[in-house]
Amino acid sequence: MNGSRWTMIVLIAVVTLFLVSWAIKSFPSSGDTISWPSIRHAFFVTLAAFVTLAIFSFLYKDNPYYKFAEHLFVGVSAAYWMCVGFWSTFVGNLIPRISPGLSKFFGVPYKEFTFYYFVPLILGILLLMRLSSKAGWLSRWALAFIVGTTAGLNLIRYLRSDFISQVSNTFVPLLVQWKGTGAFFSDFSLASGGQFTLMLTNWVIFIGTFCGLIYFFFSKEHKGVFGAASRVGIWVLMITFGASFGYTVMGRVSLLVGRLTFLFDDWLGLMN
Amino acid sequence: MNIFDRMMSLDRRWVFLFIALVCVITYVWPFSIPIRITEEVKAIYSFIEKLNEGDIIFLGIDYDPNALAELHPMSYAIAEQAFRKKLRVIFVTLSQNGPGMADQAIRDISDSVKLDKTYNGVFYPGREIKNGIDYVFLGYKPYPALVILGMGQNFRIPFPSDYYGTPLDSIPMMKGVMNYDQVKCVIDFAAGNVADMWISYGQGRYNFPLALGMTGVMGADYYPYLNSGQIFGIMGGLLGAAQYEKLADNPGPAIDGMRIQVYAHIVIILFIIIGNIGFLVSRRKQG
Repeated sequence: MNGSRWTMIVLIAVVTLFLVSWAIKSFPSSGDTISWPSIRHAFFVTLAAFVTLAIFSFLYKDNPYYKFAEHLFVGVSAAYWMCVGFWSTFVGNLIPRISPGLSKFFGVPYKEFTFYYFVPLILGILLLMRLSSKAGWLSRWALAFIVGTTAGLNLIRYLRSDFISQVSNTFVPLLVQWKGTGAFFSDFSLASGGQFTLMLTNWVIFIGTFCGLIYFFFSKEHKGVFGAASRVGIWVLMITFGASFGYTVMGRVSLLVGRLTFLFDDWLGLMN
Repeated sequence: MNIFDRMMSLDRRWVFLFIALVCVITYVWPFSIPIRITEEVKAIYSFIEKLNEGDIIFLGIDYDPNALAELHPMSYAIAEQAFRKKLRVIFVTLSQNGPGMADQAIRDISDSVKLDKTYNGVFYPGREIKNGIDYVFLGYKPYPALVILGMGQNFRIPFPSDYYGTPLDSIPMMKGVMNYDQVKCVIDFAAGNVADMWISYGQGRYNFPLALGMTGVMGADYYPYLNSGQIFGIMGGLLGAAQYEKLADNPGPAIDGMRIQVYAHIVIILFIIIGNIGFLVSRRKQG
């Protein structure tokens, strides 16, 4: 049996299963009569299940069903984003401030004429000039505005939240509630809020930050004490990446759990 | 080909198959696993528990359907806790696909709050929560940084009307509610860099108590903000959601999902060990 015949058989089987699933899902489980909303709901649940399984099929190997689902996802996402952008930004913000006629046309209440709203309109048109080979250079004005405002806003943002706050937080006391060696050992406790734990935490922050910075200092050869500190820095970085990787694995398994819940519960109705 | 060579050349589809089998078996086989509560999750729960009836909290539903499995359980658990305590909630979304998420969450929680429930030994009679009185859903606006800054001056600047088209000035709950000064805290459920913007442009500029619920992938990156006091609590991924469900005595999909997590992780760790053994032995053989 050649490949195209197999492809046709698989396609017929998939379409048949889809239709059977749609038909079964269309009948309400509570014994109510079949209705248009239940047919529509059944179609979308079955389609979502089909698309989910099509995406999973890539784990075996690339195939036309995966390609279909992938292209569908990209197309629908792009269309949705464009529609939301158009209605929330263009129609929602701009039109009511520049034209009563267009406000009436789009069915949004006209607010008041605001002259400076023409600035983003003009910049938006300039951005579209990118599509023209001759007038493409005009889009640089709009891009320069975007880059400039983003850089300006982010400079303040990073300086305050990701630089000053983070740097000041690494200036931690290395001796917490210190009353001498005797008191330290006599009151020794491994409790999370205890003196030992707080001191250990602060030492880890201090050594981790210090050695991590040394690893990225390339003006001096990494050997001797400097090299040892650099190697500690690598370990700190590796532990951080490990924690991130662990969280990432958890995140991906969570997505699988979500899809399983959909397939077993919403589609097949096995769990309830 | 000996067993170590086989380990090294194991087809990755066997890994997928094993993980799929383990996930399906643990999903359909009901059993519970212990969940340890961490301080950063407990801080959020305790903060909300200490609020008084009528206080306002602000929930940012800043995620799309692709993060629904991780973040929906968090937003459901916190919103239900808030409504049971008769707090008032302002919902907003700064994610383009967020309105559907927020709308679904509000509808489901409204149905759930209608039922009599007992959480942590406290009986909460069912009640109907009303739009405009118990909650307001502001909707979506693009450019999160500008919206966050705008809301700091007045919620009416980026959102003259709510998601359903009602002007904010005619909504009873919004009477006298101008900006973040009138909300007790902001809790953002984020699946992207919106969380950064809430920290920088929101908490950094207006200094309100901020907590984050986020996807597992983002979790580790935000602990420095917790240590620096820029956020007072953090819920990372399904584990964070499961901890919150346990604290709120409101078991849901997150606690269900944790048993799958545990066994899927065991399988992954086993395969990592097998792969490393194969690699080390093969390398030793090659000299």
